[in-house]
Parts: sequence; C-alpha cells; structure tokens
Amino acid sequence: MSADFLARHGSEIARLTLEHLWLTGAAMLLATAIAVPAGVWLARSPRWAKPVIGLANVLQTIPSLAMFGFLLPLPWLGERAARIAIFALCAYALLPILRNTYAGIRGIDRSIIEVACALGLTDAQRFFKVELPLAAPFILAGLRTATVTCIGIATIAAAVGAGGLGELIFRGVASVDNRLVLAGAIPAALLALAADAALGLLERWFKVPAS
Amino acid sequence: MGAAIEFRDLCFANAQGRLLLDTISLSVEEGTTAAILGRSGSGKTTLLRTVNRMVLPTGGEILLHGKNVSAFDLIKLRRNMGYVIQETGLFPHCTVERNVGLVLEAEGRSRQDRMRRSHELLEVVGLEPASFAKRFPHQLSGGQRQRVGLARALAADPEFLLMDEPLGALDPLTRAEMQDMLRGLLSRLKKTVLLVTHDLDEALYLAQRIILLSEGKLLACLSPKEFVASREPLIEAYVSAFHRGWNNTAPEIRLAESGV
Repeated sequence: MSADFLARHGSEIARLTLEHLWLTGAAMLLATAIAVPAGVWLARSPRWAKPVIGLANVLQTIPSLAMFGFLLPLPWLGERAARIAIFALCAYALLPILRNTYAGIRGIDRSIIEVACALGLTDAQRFFKVELPLAAPFILAGLRTATVTCIGIATIAAAVGAGGLGELIFRGVASVDNRLVLAGAIPAALLALAADAALGLLERWFKVPAS
Repeated sequence: MGAAIEFRDLCFANAQGRLLLDTISLSVEEGTTAAILGRSGSGKTTLLRTVNRMVLPTGGEILLHGKNVSAFDLIKLRRNMGYVIQETGLFPHCTVERNVGLVLEAEGRSRQDRMRRSHELLEVVGLEPASFAKRFPHQLSGGQRQRVGLARALAADPEFLLMDEPLGALDPLTRAEMQDMLRGLLSRLKKTVLLVTHDLDEALYLAQRIILLSEGKLLACLSPKEFVASREPLIEAYVSAFHRGWNNTAPEIRLAESGV
C-alpha cells in the first residue's frame, strides 16, 4: 500500500474504522445487556436452559449475509442500515455470552453458594459479592469470543449499506482492487486482535486465584 | 437456662414423599453443644438445616427461645447463626481477611471495623493475622481452612452455631488439634451449638448432649455419660462399633510389646 494510496484513503479508512467500532460496540453492549441477565436467569431456572441456548444456537447458524437480508424488510429495523447491522451482530453475540454466563454461574461450587445463603447474604449480595466475581472470567471469555466474531461479521454489514470497514472490502472486490480489500481487511483484523488482547487482559485481571 | 432450640414433632418429607425426618421432638439448652450422630442418610444434616430454614419442614415446628423460626426475618435469622461445613465453602476470590469479614460487609460495617474483627477472630482460632490475613483459601491447609471457616461463622457474633461435620475431612492429628481448639472456644463463648458428626469420640469430647438419629427417627437425646452407659440395643451397637478397632488390635499390641 503506497503512501499515495494512504494519503487519498487515510481519512476514509479512519472514518470507516470508527463506524466499524460503533457498530460492533453498540451490538456488544446490547448483547451483553440481554445475554448476561438471561444467562443468570437460566442458571436459576435450568429447565429453560436447553431451549433458550438452543434458540441462540440456531441464530448463530444463520449465514450472516442471509441474516442481513432477512432483516431488511422488517418495519423500523429495516428503515436504517445501522439498526439492521447492530441487531444482526447482537444476535450473533448472544450465544457465547449467554452460554458462558450460564456455565460460569452453574459451575460455582454448590458449597460456596450454600454458605453464602446460610450466612445471611441477601440475593443481591450473594450475586454481586460471590456469584458475579466467580463467574466473571467465564463471562469475559464469552464477551471476548463474541467481540472477535462480531468484528469479523461486521464487515458484511456493508452489504446492506451499514458502513464500516466492509465498505472498502466490497468496493475492492467489485473493482478488483486488492489494495482497497486490504485497506478494509487489515484494520478489521487489527481491531479484532486489539479487542482480543484487551479483553484477555481483563479476563486475567478477574481470574479467581488458583482456579 | 432454658431451651434455646426446640424441635416439636418435626417432620420433613422430600419431593418423592420419603420421610427424612419423622416426628422429632427435642430441645437444646442455651449455651450448650448438642452433637447429632447417626448413619449417613439418617437425617442429621436435614435436621441441622431446618434450624436456619435452608430446609423447610413439612410438619411440626422449630422454636428459638420459644419463637417459631418462620416468624423471624430470614436474613436476620441466618446472620444470628454461624454456619460451618466440611467443605468449608470459603470464597476462593476473597482473601482470608475478607472471607471472615464478608458477613460484616453485608451488614454495612466500616472497612476498619471489619478488619479489626477479622484479625481478632483469626487470633481466636489460632491463626496469626500478620501471616494469614492476606492469603487466599488455596494457600491454606485443610485445618487452616476450617479455622477460617469457623472465624467467619463467628464474625457477626451469632448466638447459634450450626456445624455440619466441620472436621470430617481432616487427618486424625489435625482433627485432634481442632477439637481441642473448638472445645476451649465453645466453653469460652457459650454459644448454642448443633454439631453434626460421624465421630462418637468427637461428640463425647465436645458436646453436652448426644442426639442419635436413625432413618429420620430420634433414637436418643442423652448426656454423654447416659449415652455410653445406655443398654438400648441400637445405642449399644453404635457405641460398640466405635471400639471394634481397639478390641481387635489391643491384644496384638500387647503381644508385640511383650516380645512374643
């Protein structure tokens, strides 16, 4: 990639990278807001775990391009491309976060929960002081997987006009210009690597001693 | 001193309808220790857990100083009952100091207050705060973990202590040390204690009352002396089961000592 190319497309790459970040960030926030409480609820009502996790699994199997296509004709959602992208990315992020939250809470040694109850911790205290810190490394591992996946899938969002780094890739493919493809693919890969490293650090920070 | 804990016609049937506790009636004097003995599955732990409402009885009632446990606020009731179990249930993400002070943290006590109380209790259970307070549970031995579990149970200065085989997983020497420490502590603190154990020696050493359960039924609620002297066949069988090893090995030891 020449200096000339970067001078011409540098600001566009920066703008699309920010757009890409906004799409995946918003989707991850939405997915976390849905999947973490849902995972906690499933851990308390395990009979629902199989059907709900099964549903999230089905969402995960829908090819991304098809998912964006399905959402296009929907009222309100289909009116703005960014909404479609955020909704679709959120759907893909649900499963890893949901499954890890559920496994993280269910995996806590029963004797620890028993003692927390028997010592008179309220439900909220038990959750915030015992369950959440112990499940945090699992939840963060789910977030990490979901974030990296979403950064990759977000490049497809350009197909419905949602922007992001996929726009450069699609333009590059259409005009058989590998420089444009790389201008989209390299920042997307770097974003994924950076998110993976940052969340990995966070995961280690929350790691339970000797576990 | 009156009855601090009283079980009246207590019954508990599980979801399959099997009766795990069958019309249990007994009382435990204030400031004393009652040991609950019995085979595995005899209902010892279930009986213990009805007191702090971890198990809800299907019949009868439990009274604390004459007041039904169901009439107490659940959180207040449990904070007034220290709870120690064999697996310790120490919170692995918390230091020893925070483990001990977590109930106080839940009560909204200041950090300084919690630290002071944690260190005071670590000393009470024989752990030097300077070297143990900042450790995590995985950095402790089994006996040390049990001491921390006991300190945590005492943190809110509860009136009652519920102990479910607290020393069951320890080696005999550590167990004996812990029994000595517990005996001193219990006689000093004057808590009302329910202690589930499989070990008759431990029960006789620590308790003023021995409760024997069999298949959910109460077989005995006697003083240690009455218990070992009892001619009741099931109690006699229980007591003699604890001395089989001695009866078998004693002659061999004598023979070995006499050089034969």
